[in-house]
Amino acid sequence: DQVLHIVPETFQQVQLLQHLCSSLLLDLWKPLLPEDIGAGEDLHMRVPAPLVQEVKDSLDQHMISYSVLIPDVQELVDHSMPRERNSPRQVPDGYDYTQYHPMEEIYQWMTEIQNSNSELVTQHYLGNTVENRPMYYLKISQPSDKTKKIIWMDCGIHAREWITPAFCQWFVKEILQNYKSDPKISRFLQNLDLYILPVLNIDGYIYSWEEDRLWRKNRSPHMNGTCYGTDLNRNFNSSWGSIGVSYNCSSIIFCGSGPESEPETKAVAQLIERKKSDILCYLTIHSYGQYILIPYGSTTEPPSNSEELMYVGEKAAAALMEKYGTSYEVGSTSLILYSNSGSSRDWAHMIGIPFSYTFELRDKGTHGFVLPPDQIQPTCEETM
Amino acid sequence: DIDGVGHKYHLELVLEDVLDKDSTVNCTAEILYHLGNKNIAPDVQFTIEGELKNTDEADNIFYNRIKSLEKELVAENIPDNHGNISPEMEPVRLLAWVASGYVIWQNSTENTKFQLAQIKHVKQVKRSDEYLEFDFMILLHEMVSQEIIPWQMTVLWHPQHGVQVTR
Repeated sequence: DQVLHIVPETFQQVQLLQHLCSSLLLDLWKPLLPEDIGAGEDLHMRVPAPLVQEVKDSLDQHMISYSVLIPDVQELVDHSMPRERNSPRQVPDGYDYTQYHPMEEIYQWMTEIQNSNSELVTQHYLGNTVENRPMYYLKISQPSDKTKKIIWMDCGIHAREWITPAFCQWFVKEILQNYKSDPKISRFLQNLDLYILPVLNIDGYIYSWEEDRLWRKNRSPHMNGTCYGTDLNRNFNSSWGSIGVSYNCSSIIFCGSGPESEPETKAVAQLIERKKSDILCYLTIHSYGQYILIPYGSTTEPPSNSEELMYVGEKAAAALMEKYGTSYEVGSTSLILYSNSGSSRDWAHMIGIPFSYTFELRDKGTHGFVLPPDQIQPTCEETM
Repeated sequence: DIDGVGHKYHLELVLEDVLDKDSTVNCTAEILYHLGNKNIAPDVQFTIEGELKNTDEADNIFYNRIKSLEKELVAENIPDNHGNISPEMEPVRLLAWVASGYVIWQNSTENTKFQLAQIKHVKQVKRSDEYLEFDFMILLHEMVSQEIIPWQMTVLWHPQHGVQVTR
């Protein structure tokens, strides 16, 4: 099938084209109806493959010039089709969890999630970003008279790691779709509250959509606006500024002007500090590399409960591998990855949260940060 | 540790075909990172157990397709920001991958871990001989520093004569 572009010059040509469209029942893309075809106006019509030659001959015969707007409609359709959705209804309806979404849509999604699941979900304000955007987290909590321990999970601390906000959204959807039917999840929620921050570095995320796909830091201006961005995962108050950082704004691992110098860091730290006695587990989601990382990055000294941390991490990696065979490596950041200070995971553990993990999701570098959307579902399913 | 020379690593690894996960081949390698002068690429010696898959057919199809293009190939952002690649561009990406492997090897030290992040721009260069030539602007991601490093490379390819990177 082809789509032809014609600009009729005379009324005679208009009549001819109207006749052609009606008699051959051609699919008019522009305008909507044959009667709206006008001289000097764009006409786009889709011609089924078997009729293409006939239509072109007819146009040539009547000296109507045309150009081929789309040479193969099927090809275009095939390429722009998102993944087949096999799960029935999404929560909310129609939200595609197998595609990447811009921040606008994620904000809307959060509102809708709260509205359609108000018995379980509340949206909470955390603080503002450098560029004054509101940061929200979702609290998933089953009403009960006992105080519950908290599991905190944040995604999108590094702008270019798009798979991570996708995972946070997926996670919320899975919980909400299955908490009534899945005994494991309902038991979970009887004893635990989930705090989910789908995008921590909102300004950076937006910047990676609009300007630079591989941006990592936030968007705080330095040196009179000649240099931008602090690496939020070097900005926490955990051996801040000691190793694996740069004091230069132009570096991608610039740790900021001081611990918690960035509003995003401060907003998260304030909440977690306030609730720390109830927080059982701190999870921060990154990509890529396929690791489950335990503290510390700032030193090779193991944390006090490193055996337990490793044990739980290994169990998680094993469960993850069961789904699609994806292998994750488990270990302390400073030993298996690289040294860094000021990370949120280190900080969470240092203030007393017993289980603190960084997840580095798929893949191992084949696509790296630019993970194709057809890997969103399997990545999320296995990580779940 | 080899005094005065550098660090030698002995590796036993399994190579997996990116296009066919079930196709694997065992490999042993010896890598020598030279002391001091970081401008010398590490020495690499390797042996492969068995044979790599024959790709003549796909190579020739791609070669002929490019040869028969009316205008030189030009493209940007492979993959696009969402990670998508059109089927026609897949071989171009594979070529860039192979070529970037050479660039990465030439620039690796014990403290680097490079990956090809994205092809920003590719332009075919007309040639009078049978080789295909492409000018690439690629982005490399270095894991330890987390830096994104733009790199320009010129790549020559022919199905029977393989890949050559002339920077």
